[in-house]
Amino acid sequence: MGVFDIYLLEALINGVLLGGVLALLSLGLNLVFGVIDVVWICYAELIMLGMYAMYFLASVYHAPLLLAAALSIAAVGVLGVLLHVLVIAPLLGAAPINQLLATGGVLFFLQSAATILFGIEFKNLGLRLPVLKVAGMFISYSRLLAFAAALIGMVLVYLFLSRTYTGAAIRAIAQDRQIMTLMGVDSRRIYVITSALGGGLAGLAACLLVLQYDVHPFVGLSFGPITFLICVLGGLGNFLGGFVAAFVFAEIISVGGLYLDLEWGYVFAFAFFIAMMFVRPQGLLARRS
Amino acid sequence: MLQLTGVRAGYGSFQALFDVSLEVRAGEAVGVIGPNGAGKTTLMRVISGLIRPTAGQLTMEGVDVLATPPHRIVELGIAHVPESRRLFPRMTVEDNLKMGGFAPAARAKFRQRLAVVYELFPRLRERRRQLAGSMSGGEQQMCAIGRALMSEPRLLLLDEPSAGLAPVVVDHVFALLGTIRAAGVTVLIVEQNVQQVLRVVERAYLLKAGRIRAAGAAGELLDGARLREAYLGV
Ligand SMILES: Nc1ncnc2c1ncn2[C@@H]1O[C@H](COP(=O)(O)OP(=O)(O)O)[C@@H](O)[C@H]1O
Ligand SMILES: [Mg+2]
Repeated sequence: MGVFDIYLLEALINGVLLGGVLALLSLGLNLVFGVIDVVWICYAELIMLGMYAMYFLASVYHAPLLLAAALSIAAVGVLGVLLHVLVIAPLLGAAPINQLLATGGVLFFLQSAATILFGIEFKNLGLRLPVLKVAGMFISYSRLLAFAAALIGMVLVYLFLSRTYTGAAIRAIAQDRQIMTLMGVDSRRIYVITSALGGGLAGLAACLLVLQYDVHPFVGLSFGPITFLICVLGGLGNFLGGFVAAFVFAEIISVGGLYLDLEWGYVFAFAFFIAMMFVRPQGLLARRS
Repeated sequence: MLQLTGVRAGYGSFQALFDVSLEVRAGEAVGVIGPNGAGKTTLMRVISGLIRPTAGQLTMEGVDVLATPPHRIVELGIAHVPESRRLFPRMTVEDNLKMGGFAPAARAKFRQRLAVVYELFPRLRERRRQLAGSMSGGEQQMCAIGRALMSEPRLLLLDEPSAGLAPVVVDHVFALLGTIRAAGVTVLIVEQNVQQVLRVVERAYLLKAGRIRAAGAAGELLDGARLREAYLGV
């Protein structure tokens, strides 16, 4: 194998690792949209708060990493429920534009609140995870860890959705909202559970991202737009579509970044997104109907 | 068993039902017929809690249905097979049935109910891993009825179960009604297929423009219906 091939392979592998995390990111947003029919514009800001939770618990209060992660996930899950109960639920009957504006307002509120509370300095866990060298390739341990944890998180969500009654109701409500009453399902309860799950997924994403990135009040801007685009590319509310789109995006970023530099990877990814919006506006796996 | 008294209901400022009173006794099969837009579907929705009436009383076996949260009405023994089936198309047949047995009491009996439904509809057993939306219209109607039976209802509401089905399948659906009734389930059925439904029910109500216009034994209405066909177009 030539040097070129090794770089390409390394980029492909990194693309898969990035794809796992992006898939996790998009799953939370997709789940909430599919079930509640509302886009959490402030989704990435929940992740930002989760990253701060990790930072304070692990670096300031020296909690063991796993405990810090569990508490951060739970905290963001609670935030998801609060977001739903305080902002979304009262607006469920309102026009979609009002819902967007409201969650958009929460985005700026959370950014400003974080700036006041935590300052604008970049914070990190100060962990230096090793880099693995496999067959001449460099694979970052933190990316590997993030990928594995994202995968485990997604498998758990999958099992929950496919095995439990509540999970079945979550899938069903995304397909026919009105008749849930006939099934004996209290939709409001399902919404709260979904919000907790969406928040929990944002919390898990926060734990993984804080291993690789510094946290600051505006860090959400680095993941928010891309998460949203992945969901749209996969077809908003289509879980499988989001999963596939996350890997497609990640490979474009990773392999595109190999030939030029990382910024170009993003340029390609967004250009691909715009092109796809012309070709398949309903998303990659859109059903013809 | 089911008693409606002076029920008014509608959508926003539009009133679709005007002082509807109706009774279904245990063990009966009762039909509701009437032209398109008469309010038949609205009536079914009121009974199962999809919409709340603006006036009137509604009781099931003496229990005030209007005092029950809508999602708990199924626990009173009422199951509603909605118009145009409304299956969850991207879920398997068995997951659809599972949703029908969502209520706590039904969950405990899931295996048992599933066996009953598969016995009634062997076709559903064969297709249990298939996506509901990929089945034929007749199979989907069976799945919709099966889903409703999962909650072990005492009263089954059927809203135009024969709509959009091929004539042989329609016959099959009407034949099934007998089997369902033999299992002790009371039936309230809405149909456009007037001639056929009046042969399987004991009594029927004629609904037009949101009001009950006639009620009586199926035989009487059948004669009357022939007369009315000319000017009602039903
Ligand atoms: N969701 C709705 N919103 C507003 N009006 C409705 C709705 N559903 C039905 N209607 C109106 O209520 C009346 C009764 O409708 P429906 O109960 O569906 O009649 P049927 O089932 O007898 O054909 C009709 O005039 C119909 O246009
Ligand atoms: Mg109707």
